[in-house]
Order: sequence, then C-alpha cells, then structure tokens
Amino acid sequence: MKLKPKLAISDSGFIFDPSTGESYSLNEEGLIIVQFLKEGKNEEEIKEHFLNEYDIDETTFSRSYLDFISMLKHFNLIEHE
Amino acid sequence: MEKKTFERPVIKKVQIGMPSKFGLKSEYAPIKEIDGIPVKNLIEQYGSPLYVISEQTIRETYTEAYKAFSTRYPKVQFAWSYKTNYLDAVCKIFHQEGSWAEVVSGFEYEKALNNGVPGNKIIFNGPYKTREDLIKAIENNSFIHIDHYDEYYLLIDLAEELNIRPKVAVRINMDTGIYPQWSRFGFNYENGEAWEIIQRILISNKLDLVGLHCHIGTYIMVPWAYANAMYKLIDLFLGVEKKYNKHLQYIDIGGGFASKNTLKGAYLPGTDTCPTFDQYADAITSVIINSSISIEHLPVLILETGRALIDDAGYLLGTIHATKRLPDGKNSLITDLGVNLLFTSFWYDHKITPAQEFGPYTEETVVYGPLCMNIDVIREYVQLPPLKKGDHFVISRIGAYNMTQWMQFITYRPNVVLIDTNKNTHIIRKAETINNFNNLEQTPEHLKKIE
Ligand SMILES: Cc1ncc(COP(=O)(O)O)c(C=O)c1O
Repeated sequence: MKLKPKLAISDSGFIFDPSTGESYSLNEEGLIIVQFLKEGKNEEEIKEHFLNEYDIDETTFSRSYLDFISMLKHFNLIEHE
Repeated sequence: MEKKTFERPVIKKVQIGMPSKFGLKSEYAPIKEIDGIPVKNLIEQYGSPLYVISEQTIRETYTEAYKAFSTRYPKVQFAWSYKTNYLDAVCKIFHQEGSWAEVVSGFEYEKALNNGVPGNKIIFNGPYKTREDLIKAIENNSFIHIDHYDEYYLLIDLAEELNIRPKVAVRINMDTGIYPQWSRFGFNYENGEAWEIIQRILISNKLDLVGLHCHIGTYIMVPWAYANAMYKLIDLFLGVEKKYNKHLQYIDIGGGFASKNTLKGAYLPGTDTCPTFDQYADAITSVIINSSISIEHLPVLILETGRALIDDAGYLLGTIHATKRLPDGKNSLITDLGVNLLFTSFWYDHKITPAQEFGPYTEETVVYGPLCMNIDVIREYVQLPPLKKGDHFVISRIGAYNMTQWMQFITYRPNVVLIDTNKNTHIIRKAETINNFNNLEQTPEHLKKIE
C-alpha cells in the first residue's frame, strides 16, 4: 500500500494533491495513518501502534482501517500497484 | 497510562466556498444523559432501540403552554389529543395537570374512560364515530363534535331513542389564509354551510349546542392563521347570540401548534422558526378579548394542542449496528431503529446526536434503519462525527405521533421507558415478543402441519 508520491501532508491534518489540485482534510486518526503510510509502514505496524496507544480492539481497528483505505482509493490517493 | 479514545479514521474532500451550518460546537455536544440518567445505563437496562419519555419535560411544557393562555384569558381548558400519544402513562400526566381528553375513535374513547377521565371531560372528534360510539358518548354526557350531516341525523335519532339531549359542538372548516386548507372535516364557514347546520340544531332543539370547534391543520408556523380562524368562529358565536339569544359555552380552537422539529427541506432549523406559546396565545386570545362578546359570556377557550406539548419530551435511543461505505464514497450507518419506529422521519429531518464524546471532525452520512427495505432511511444527509459499531445515539423530539403511528413491521416494537420527576425509570409499555403475535393469530387445522 503506497501513497501517491508528491502529496503534501500538513501536521494540522490536510492533504494537498498537486496532480489534481484537490485538498482533503483528515481527523487525528486518519492523519496518523497517512503519515505512517508515507513512511512506508505496513498494516501490521500501523495496527500495533493503534492497539498500544488507543482504547480499541483489533477487529474494530481493522474494520476502520479497511474503510479508511477504501476512501484513499476512492480519492485516488493510493499508488496503483 | 490511560489509552486514548479511538475515533474511526476519516478523510474528506475540502469543498472551497461551501459554508457549513454545522460549525457550531453547540450543535455538537453529545447527549450523554436524559434527565440525569446516562443513556448507556438506559440501554444496558432496557435494551436498544428504546423510547424514553421525560415526565419533567411534559409537565414543564404543559405549564408553559397553560401559562401563556391563562395569563391572557380567564377561561382556558386543554384537552389532550390522544392520537398524538395515547400511552396511558403519558395521558395520565396530562390529566393530572388538568387536561381533558380529546379522542377521535371508539378505541381512543375507551382509552380515555379507562384512564379515569369522566365522560363530561371527553371531547369526541372525527369523521368516523359509529352508532355504538355515539350511544356511549351520549350516555356519558361527552361533548360530541359533529363532522357531517349523516352524523347529525344519526344524533337526532339517538337523542329520541335514548331520550337524552346530547351535548354537541360543530366542527367548522375555513380559509385562514394558509395552505393547505383542511376542508374535509366539519362544515364550511365561507359557503354558509356552518351557519346552516348551527341553525338546524338550534331550531330542531333535539341536541344541546354548546360550542364551536375548528382544527385548521398541523405544524402551523404562523400564529395569525389562528387569529383569522377565531374571527370567523366569533362571527358565528355572535350570530347565535343575536338571533337565538343563546350563549355558547366554549370555542375549541383545536391543535396544530408547530414543534421545534425541522421540516424536511426547510432552510432554517425548527428551533429558529417555531413560534412560542406566547405568540400563539397572543394571536388567539386578543381576537376574543377585543370582540364584542360581553365579559360575562366569554366562552371557555379549549385547546387540543398535541405535538407542541409532547414532542420535546420524547427521545429514541439507538445503536450503530454497522458502518458501510457506499459506492459513491459516502458513509452510511446501519442502525437498530428504522422508519417503523420513527414515522415522523417522513416529515422531519430529525436531530441525531451521538451519546458519547467525539472530536470536531464530521462527515457526510446517510443513516439507515435495520429494515430490508429501500425506504428505511432516517436521514438522507447529515453531518455526523465518525461513529462506529456499538456507539449509541439519541434522536430528540420524537414524542408526538411516533408512539401511535409506529408499525410492527419486520421487527418488534421496543420498550418505552418513562423517567419520572424523581429520576426513577419505569417501563410504561413493554417490548413486544413473538407471544404477542401468537396470541392473535390462529392457524386453521389443515395448515398446522407443513410436511
Ligand atoms: C381534531 C384534532 N385536534 C387536535 C389535534 C392535534 O394536533 P397537533 O398535534 O397538530 O397539535 C389533531 C391532530 O391531527 C386533530 O385532528
């Protein structure tokens, strides 16, 4: 799972996609995932972080993660493999 | 170390120049408790979905409405509109506060009697009263509001048969300057029909004409429509005084005050547009006070206010069963309460509030019920924080019409709980079970075996 290159990600929770001119906003959890993806972390590593830091069970996290990735795909923010 | 609360990760496209009316934090405070009882506890104890009614809110709202009228006019009588919510416990709160009963069927009439309302404090409205219904109402000395000529002639017959002079009023419909004009109930003012029936009653003298009635519609947002109605009723009232030297006892102006719910498609929220009881009271009472009716013959002003007295006191609690991303990227929630329990979702954009803390981030959401039916949509579009499976939410202002127009469709109807003024909770209607249905159904012998 790789983010499209050249995305500008701000610490306040915004993404700018220079190839389309579109901007996106994220909540805190979304921002953390995007930052991890940018660093090249995989799903397992990201999950571990959330299970350690948040009051959340594995199923609920995985379910939410899947949904979030589907939205990144929907907005064309994921590199086509 | 305490772990952080997890919110579903979400992303949305930034729409430049799209103002958001959901920006205010106040729109956004969670409803964690109702009258001091945590929503979580209510659901744990009584299940989800769950109807909750606040006795305190009913009493406060009633007091506010009663004050608005009684401080402006000396003779005020509310009659609780049973169809709006006829759970016995709810009716009894209104009766304890001093309300009479306003019923529109034999079933509602029986309910009022069972609730201990004396016959002479029951107003019987509606286009469909059977012979048996009318006999009961006449024998109990109730107020019968005549809807059509067939009813009038039936009443004349019954009066002779029973040798009782039934107490009646005439329901009148009229143009009050609003749309739609309810013209199917009662007798029309403008074409002279209303005056004609009034004269027939007075001349035949078999029925005791005691009042005039109208109900001009529901969710009336303009108080002046009531003033217009009152002018026309007073014209008839004075006509009776002048020609027959008779002073009618009451004018019943019906129900119809708006509640603070937001109508579908309305630009502004109902909380901003709904007139106050004071505004309605002002419009209605000033017409009577300023009329030429003499002080000693001022009629009792009867009000059959329904939704405005009960909407705020009712809540529907629910739980997110699943979240689902639609093909267009929109988020959807599958909840455990559907249009079968929330009939008013066909008219209102109901306010949905999460029952737990959440962040400032919201997303465009469709809220579905549990029914496997395409029409089962509670909100087609609402900005909500990212709720997840198991989260609870509260739908506010659902006290009117939902607990009477609910449908037993696909699922059971859940518990209804009353929170009393001492913060004790009581089940006032039990959740349905399969037994309720087995008790009513009968299978013919030849269909009992299916193999
Ligand atoms: C005769 C009559 N009175 C009172 C009411 C209560 O109306 P509302 O809930 O709009 O106040 C109704 C409702 O339809 C009605 O038909």
